[in-house]
Amino acid sequence: MSKKNPEYDFKWCPGCGDFGVRRALELAMINRMEETGKPMENNVIVAGIGCSGNMVHLLEGNQPYGIHGIHGRSLPIALGVKMAEPSLNVVVVAGDGDFLSIGAEHIGPQAARNLNICAVIMDNGVYGLTKGQSSPTTLEGAITSSTPFGKLESKTHPLELYLTMGVSYIASGFSGQPRPLSQLIQQGMDHSGFSIVHIQSPCTAYNDTFLELKGDLKNGIQPTLWDIPEDHDTSDRAAAHDLLQQGGVPVGVLYNDTDRISLDQNVVNTWEKAQPKTIEQLMGAFEF
Amino acid sequence: MQMRDFVVRFAGEGGQGVVTSAEGLAQSSTRVGYHALTFATFPSQILGGPTWTQARISVEPALAPGDDVNVLVAFNKDAYDAHINDVREDGVVIFDSTEFQLEDDGRSFGLPFEDLAKSTGNNRAANMVIMGGLAHLINMPQEHLISFVEERFNRGRDGDAEIIRSNIEALNLGRSHLADSGFSLGDLAPPEQPEYEQLMIKGNDAISIGAIAAGLDFYVGYPISPATTILLYMERNLVGNDRFAYQVSSEIESITTILGAGYAGKRAMTATAGPGVSLMSEGLGLAWMAEIPLVVVDVQRGGPATGLPTKTEQSDLMSCMYPAHGDVRLPIIAVGTVEECFYGAIKALEWAEKYQGPVILMTEMALAERSQNIPKPDLSKVKQAKRDIYTGTNGYLRYAGNELSPMPIPGNPGAYVANGSEHDDMGDTTHLGERHVQMTERRFSKIKLLEEDDYERDQTEQSIAVLPWGGSKGPAQEAYKTLRENGVPVGWYYTVYLNPLPPKMLEELKKKDLVIVPELNYQGQFSSILRSMGVKAESITQYTGLPFKGRTLVEKITEMTNAHLKETVRV
Repeated sequence: MSKKNPEYDFKWCPGCGDFGVRRALELAMINRMEETGKPMENNVIVAGIGCSGNMVHLLEGNQPYGIHGIHGRSLPIALGVKMAEPSLNVVVVAGDGDFLSIGAEHIGPQAARNLNICAVIMDNGVYGLTKGQSSPTTLEGAITSSTPFGKLESKTHPLELYLTMGVSYIASGFSGQPRPLSQLIQQGMDHSGFSIVHIQSPCTAYNDTFLELKGDLKNGIQPTLWDIPEDHDTSDRAAAHDLLQQGGVPVGVLYNDTDRISLDQNVVNTWEKAQPKTIEQLMGAFEF
Repeated sequence: MQMRDFVVRFAGEGGQGVVTSAEGLAQSSTRVGYHALTFATFPSQILGGPTWTQARISVEPALAPGDDVNVLVAFNKDAYDAHINDVREDGVVIFDSTEFQLEDDGRSFGLPFEDLAKSTGNNRAANMVIMGGLAHLINMPQEHLISFVEERFNRGRDGDAEIIRSNIEALNLGRSHLADSGFSLGDLAPPEQPEYEQLMIKGNDAISIGAIAAGLDFYVGYPISPATTILLYMERNLVGNDRFAYQVSSEIESITTILGAGYAGKRAMTATAGPGVSLMSEGLGLAWMAEIPLVVVDVQRGGPATGLPTKTEQSDLMSCMYPAHGDVRLPIIAVGTVEECFYGAIKALEWAEKYQGPVILMTEMALAERSQNIPKPDLSKVKQAKRDIYTGTNGYLRYAGNELSPMPIPGNPGAYVANGSEHDDMGDTTHLGERHVQMTERRFSKIKLLEEDDYERDQTEQSIAVLPWGGSKGPAQEAYKTLRENGVPVGWYYTVYLNPLPPKMLEELKKKDLVIVPELNYQGQFSSILRSMGVKAESITQYTGLPFKGRTLVEKITEMTNAHLKETVRV
């Protein structure tokens, strides 16, 4: 919404990481608009359910199109939008609960299709909007409102998961750095295939990880964030895998496979083999 | 006396040519001017398992598979045992005497299909042996069958001549063997070749072509019996620039993907069966809430859960009309004949675009696999589905007002959020009670746009009426004819529009003392909906996985009518 809407009463908590992600997403879309000359209406934001999904209502300035759908299904909705109109820039915004728990079944198929969309994932390691339950990226053993005796499952490692599933562009970022983050997102949008920008976007209410992410060297706290070295070969899957073994939260482009063809391009290529028939011809096959 | 129609049942194992025999007989019969209709029921396995198909050949058009079997073709002993009770007393059994033997009962005849086929040099000509034998039984001129064979196998390939020769030889062998047996059923009356052009087509193919004729742009689906053939048809034929057909990874993907496409301006559809409808329920609620046009075809099978995947039933009406949580009542078109499959698909797409929301097209296993000759649709009368599209500037309030409003298309001015949460006029989430009231009423008001007074009626002065829905139309229509002949005082109503019902029909039904609804489910789903609308409806139910027999309906309707009249007199 471009101006204040008194009827819409949702707010992110003060300090929420999603503010930074919003800025990064806005910057990426504005830059892209300037570079491609296409209007803001060329963007379609498909939102998941949760705090992060409210992004679609909270964007400032010129408004893109949006769908605020149902929990976990942002990817297949995006599949429909993109394949209906491949000239649109389709962006998924979702959180770790929506994307990695209820919606996880859709990641593999989009990776295999190399669906040409960009997923911007806000990972806060908790279900915020339902007040603090454990999510796939909550640490094992963590006490949350739904794990009173500690989380029983191990933590999911999303970047490794994406790499294994064959996502063709994988970047990792931090909500506290909107400008560099906007570049990762814009690169994902420009990537011809399935891109995921996985962002640490801390929840100040239930899982505030700002300090551990950024560290506090004065007090001897090492940051868990670290920059992916410039000499990392982003086309090398094994190198990407090795990087992830270092632990912590890498920042930058982890993997970028520019050789794979995207689904919409693949479909165009089938048109040579396909022989579209008129309705008269289709009916003719059943005449006698 | 000449016969006006006759029914042949082929029973055996999957892979024995049981299916192709019925279809071959139906096809060859329509080519010489008869009307034909097949019924198929399969086991849920790829090879083997008991299978049977039935072909009904008639001088006048028929809409039901036929109650009694004139000829049973049994490919093995199990098949003979399972089906012998359905054969009329004056009927005939042809059995594969290379497989098993029967004691002479005066009406069974052993024919070594396979051996005779082999002797022609074409192992695959067993069907033709049978066909030749059948032609003798009903005294169908051999030249009809020969010209069918010549036409069918003349495919411009090197081996054509040999295949045609061996098939004709097989036809002749079958005929001469049956002639030696001395069996005969009499003469089938000569065909009355219709003057209009025709198609010989299955229900699912008719839906596919109807949808494409209505301007379908976008189809995705997930394999599920008995809806898969629609997916396969679309993947071959909904191709090229600006068209898309694709297999996704679940029914949850199917519904949400066509929702994305509908939102982006496309006429979008998927087809599934009961389990898929269950998985689609949340997505259907979203389409209703966010006002996004799309069509879901439900090819019903037996349920619940995995149920009876390859049998027919009409038990999804409740889950199609009320698929989602919350206040939802979806428009329903339920087709009952192969011809209605074609026009129903067109209407479903038209409705979805017209009221901007999800529409369910209901069909069923027995129709999906039914081959039938139908008049060739007149394409000049087919309207392409059209949406009211917003063409203004940015700053549009997409959901303003209490009625339908033009829909913006992404890429063009008019950006908004299509929202599955309750929303205000710009699509932003709201929790205000008065807004939920307004938007709920807005959504329900749009259904009124779909009301059409299009229904069948006969003997409207009767206080008791028969009202079948979907595929039970065929058997009910046959029963109704007999009931009229028997002087049973009942009227007839039928429509494919189950929601919204044609308003005038509903008014008429409300005045009846009793409305009898034949339907293939346990609970009487349609009659229960009708009762909630003030119609005194009662169901005749059946849940065997098979369609009604006309005879069953005659008995039950007569019984219900008599009981009702008696009661009335006593009062």
